[in-house]
Amino acid sequence: MTTDSTITSENQTAGTDSATEGVALAWHNIRTVLKRELLASFYSPVGYVFIVIFLLMSGFFTFMVGQFFEIGEASLSRSFFLWHPWLWLVFVPAIGMRLWAEEQRMGTIELLLTMPVHPWHAIVGKFLAAWLVVALALGLTFPIVLTVGWLGSPDYGVIFTGYLGSLLLGGTYLAVTSMTSALSRNQVVSFIISVVLCLFLILAGFEPVTNFVQQIFPDASRLVDFVAGFGVVPHFDAFQRGIVDVRDLFYFASVIGFCLFATAVILQARRA
Amino acid sequence: MIEVQNVTKSFGRKTAVENVSFVVKKGEVLGFLGPNGAGKSTTMRMITGYLEPDAGKITVGGMDMAQDALHARRLIGYLPESAPAYSDLSVIDFLNFAAEIRGLRGAARSKAVDRVIEMCFLGSVRHQSIDTLSKGYRHRTCFAQSVIHDPEVLVMDEPTDGLDPNQKHEVRNLIKEMGKSKAIVFSTHILEEVEAACTRAIIIDRGKVVANGTPADLKGRARNAGSLLLTLKATSAPNGLEKIPGVDQLETLSGSEGEHHFRLHSRKSAKDTTIEEAIADLALKNSWRIIRLTREEGRLDEVFRSITLPDNVR
Repeated sequence: MTTDSTITSENQTAGTDSATEGVALAWHNIRTVLKRELLASFYSPVGYVFIVIFLLMSGFFTFMVGQFFEIGEASLSRSFFLWHPWLWLVFVPAIGMRLWAEEQRMGTIELLLTMPVHPWHAIVGKFLAAWLVVALALGLTFPIVLTVGWLGSPDYGVIFTGYLGSLLLGGTYLAVTSMTSALSRNQVVSFIISVVLCLFLILAGFEPVTNFVQQIFPDASRLVDFVAGFGVVPHFDAFQRGIVDVRDLFYFASVIGFCLFATAVILQARRA
Repeated sequence: MIEVQNVTKSFGRKTAVENVSFVVKKGEVLGFLGPNGAGKSTTMRMITGYLEPDAGKITVGGMDMAQDALHARRLIGYLPESAPAYSDLSVIDFLNFAAEIRGLRGAARSKAVDRVIEMCFLGSVRHQSIDTLSKGYRHRTCFAQSVIHDPEVLVMDEPTDGLDPNQKHEVRNLIKEMGKSKAIVFSTHILEEVEAACTRAIIIDRGKVVANGTPADLKGRARNAGSLLLTLKATSAPNGLEKIPGVDQLETLSGSEGEHHFRLHSRKSAKDTTIEEAIADLALKNSWRIIRLTREEGRLDEVFRSITLPDNVR
């Protein structure tokens, strides 16, 4: 009896050990892939060009188009964050298009996926690396926060949730781009498909689109709700009002999760 | 170390690999021969786990590739066809990445990287970006990546492709040397490579294994293998050679004045010298002068051509 129980307990510890070992291995692999991606981003001019142009464009839209001074509000939501769904629409596919397309073009995907790496480790590592670049670009817009803080007394909580919403929005576009990047070995193709899909995410919640759907299917109010449910803007807007709703977080997380899952499926299908 | 059992793989309607089985043990270097599109790369991709077989089973180091791929892959070093490498990294960053993903950290990592840089003569380009490297260097960089963790199993798809003759020689010697302690599979079009580096060779054609043996075995399959080439000087046409026991057929080759060339077909092994002795006796009796007497080993390319079909026959 005693020997039996010892064996069982040993088995149990072995089980949890291999589980923690699995997590440690996954984390190690994700970190290694992430590091390589970041190195590649900043080894070539891609990363710098991306960040500099994003900063120039967001400044231009905020002060010139967004009339930051004319509005006369100590807030960023109507002048700065307002443009982010459109700015990210161009910039995020540009940073993410190479994630898998480049691997497939160079043939390095065969190296990466025959190393002791689960496809998931690689997908998450690459996604996080590109997201970090997005986050860095976003973080470098901090002078605008200083400006608004110097000119007036803004609600820093709303600014914080605004940044959080923008980061999640960028992550969502990025996950879409990861998926389209797996589709093709041509970066331009993956860029275009990604822009179109992200544009759909923006437009899905817009009234002209929902009205249009309603006109075609007058009786299908459910369908209209369904299409509108894909819209990213209402979820993004909630963050701009300083609201962090679990439903909005769930929306972003589920789109990101779905697109990364689709990336795995596409990669698997393209191999066979 | 590598066991491939009845593996089949098709792409759409096209069957790339059909019911292929072979085993590679530690200390063996297996040469993988075959025409283009015969299924060499597909087989190697299945061994390394890049592709999953439709049917059959592959184990590496006793671990099933279908169930325990992550652990099995740790034992494998892989040099894919055309030797891809991250062109947006420097050589050292790329090798550091390869070492890290193989679980090497800290001092062990730098030691491993230094070892392969020295082994593959990459010292002069270690900080150079990979996309500025010449093909030979790029190839060696990918080769370095495949041996960075000193793997027990090494799978190489055309490891000497695109190298200059000196580098080819170098790589062959490396393979031979490493083959003593590892299980190695490599594919090639170059038949002399098989003779130079392999302990065993497999010829694969249209997805099927058509020959499996040591290079000497394979050469023995050639039509002329084991036959004797004889050149004689004699005043009159020599006869009596066809009556020597063991000679299946006497072929008279074109000769010049006073010199006669023959090929004596025989299936006797090279150790059996009775035919040579009989020829010497005959020559002595008839006062012929033997200018040349050699035994043909058979040539691999002849065997290769006779058991694989060219593209236009498919």
